[in-house]
Amino acid sequence: MERDINRPATWLWVWAAATALLLLAPTLVVVPLSFAGEASFVMPPKSWSLRWYEEFFTNPRWRDALSASLRVALLTTVTATALGTAAAYGLARLRGRAAALLSGLLLSPLIMPQIVTAVAVLAVYLRWQLNGTMAGFVAAHTMLAMPYVVVTVRAALSDYDRSLDLAASSLGAGPWTRFRTVTLPLLARGIVSGAVFAFVISLDDVVIALYLQTPLLRTLPVQMYDSITVDVDPTIAAAATLILAVTTAVLLLPSLIRSKKLKKVSVP
Amino acid sequence: MDGLDHVMRLPDRLRPDPALGLLAPALLALAVFFLYPAISLIWRSFTEPSLGLAQYGDLLGDGVTLGVLARTLWVSALVSVVTLIIAYPYAYLMTTTGPRVRAVLVALALLPFWLSLMARTFAWVVLLQRGGPISWLLEQFGLHDVTLVGTLPGVVIGMVQVLLPFMVLPLYSTMQGIDRRLVTAARSLGAGPATTFRTVVLPLSMPGVVAGLSLVFVVALGFYVTPVLLGSPQNALIAQLIGIKVEQLRDFPAAGAMAVLMLVATAVVLAAATRMVRLGDMFGGAR
Repeated sequence: MERDINRPATWLWVWAAATALLLLAPTLVVVPLSFAGEASFVMPPKSWSLRWYEEFFTNPRWRDALSASLRVALLTTVTATALGTAAAYGLARLRGRAAALLSGLLLSPLIMPQIVTAVAVLAVYLRWQLNGTMAGFVAAHTMLAMPYVVVTVRAALSDYDRSLDLAASSLGAGPWTRFRTVTLPLLARGIVSGAVFAFVISLDDVVIALYLQTPLLRTLPVQMYDSITVDVDPTIAAAATLILAVTTAVLLLPSLIRSKKLKKVSVP
Repeated sequence: MDGLDHVMRLPDRLRPDPALGLLAPALLALAVFFLYPAISLIWRSFTEPSLGLAQYGDLLGDGVTLGVLARTLWVSALVSVVTLIIAYPYAYLMTTTGPRVRAVLVALALLPFWLSLMARTFAWVVLLQRGGPISWLLEQFGLHDVTLVGTLPGVVIGMVQVLLPFMVLPLYSTMQGIDRRLVTAARSLGAGPATTFRTVVLPLSMPGVVAGLSLVFVVALGFYVTPVLLGSPQNALIAQLIGIKVEQLRDFPAAGAMAVLMLVATAVVLAAATRMVRLGDMFGGAR
């Protein structure tokens, strides 16, 4: 045998490299364009500057959009994480058909095309006068984000040893103490992952935000959308690069927490 | 005393289930802000302006909606197949390399999730625009003045890139389960690389192929932002049409009827796929 038959063929590497380039292409455009000197989407840029970052932090339209997005995302993170964690905890106590039905219901916003959700929510919000309100935005985003929290917390719960609850209560711990000192530390990773997902989902949502926006409450993705469709504004590249940096930092958070010594609480 | 809770427990049916108390807030919020709006939208498509199927009759007879629905199904199918062709060798390589290269390949496959949806779509507008990098590239091959923004091929390219992870992950998780010794055995029995692939690897990877195809197809059916920004109203997809009905006409019943058509198409595809692979493999398989 002249070579290891399990070694991948050369063309596979070429194919994978081309695929990797396709996957990387948008990032390779967005980051350089954010440092462009001229007010156009010409790629590659002819000159370099930081003017789009300056524009992002000084132009009130971008600043307001950023602050609206951050407020919506933070509130969504709180509500989605609280509701989703409780629901996942409740689901873990159910068995059989009820559990399957309720978990299907809780995950249903994932299956619904977002345009349908957006239009459906707008129709009722027009009647309830909730469109363009912070509460309305947060409620709609919570529906999108909650399934992710349910999934991550359920995954953490599936590794969870119930006999620890019994041990804690036999030692005299009440339900709240038990939850705080035993359950919560063991589920922390799942809950933090869920919270991170919720934050990113809310920050990234454009479809629902496009329909619920009013001039008084516009989120960052809506402003980015307008900067492509209405005016050719390269500030979007600076915004996209900043979001990329923030998302990367936030998504790496759970693995940083994992590497800390949470393991010491778990039982072999 | 609370500590004796587990010892002196009442028969289960006499105690209120604490699970329901924990589930109640989430279910209530879901009912008010998701289920009610969705059901109400569908309900209105059957009851406004009068009870019956008038909305559906109008849509099917307007000479536009059926064409748009057909185009949406065709584009989604095309995107699924192109994604499969690109992702299959990539996922196969992931199963045959060492852990370090594999980690890099996984990270790259997840990149589309990393960059925000608006950033990605914006990047494709730049890449595909007149005189942009892609048209420059095509010019090197003798194709002049190709503008892909505003065309269906442009939409397909943008969607394929965004949806690649949905194909790579199920393919990878299925292929990972293939016993490499089967490949070695086939080769030692004299099968060439092509025969080994056709008779061993391909049949065993079919569940991943079906899962990836149906997942990409279903997600592609609902795409909104990518076709709006990379395509044009002339070759609109069904999600765009729903948007237009609401933005320009505030015609919620018609939008509801289109949503039902879209959901029916989604359900048919999912049902067909479930017959072929267990749904659990599809979502639970990708780790």
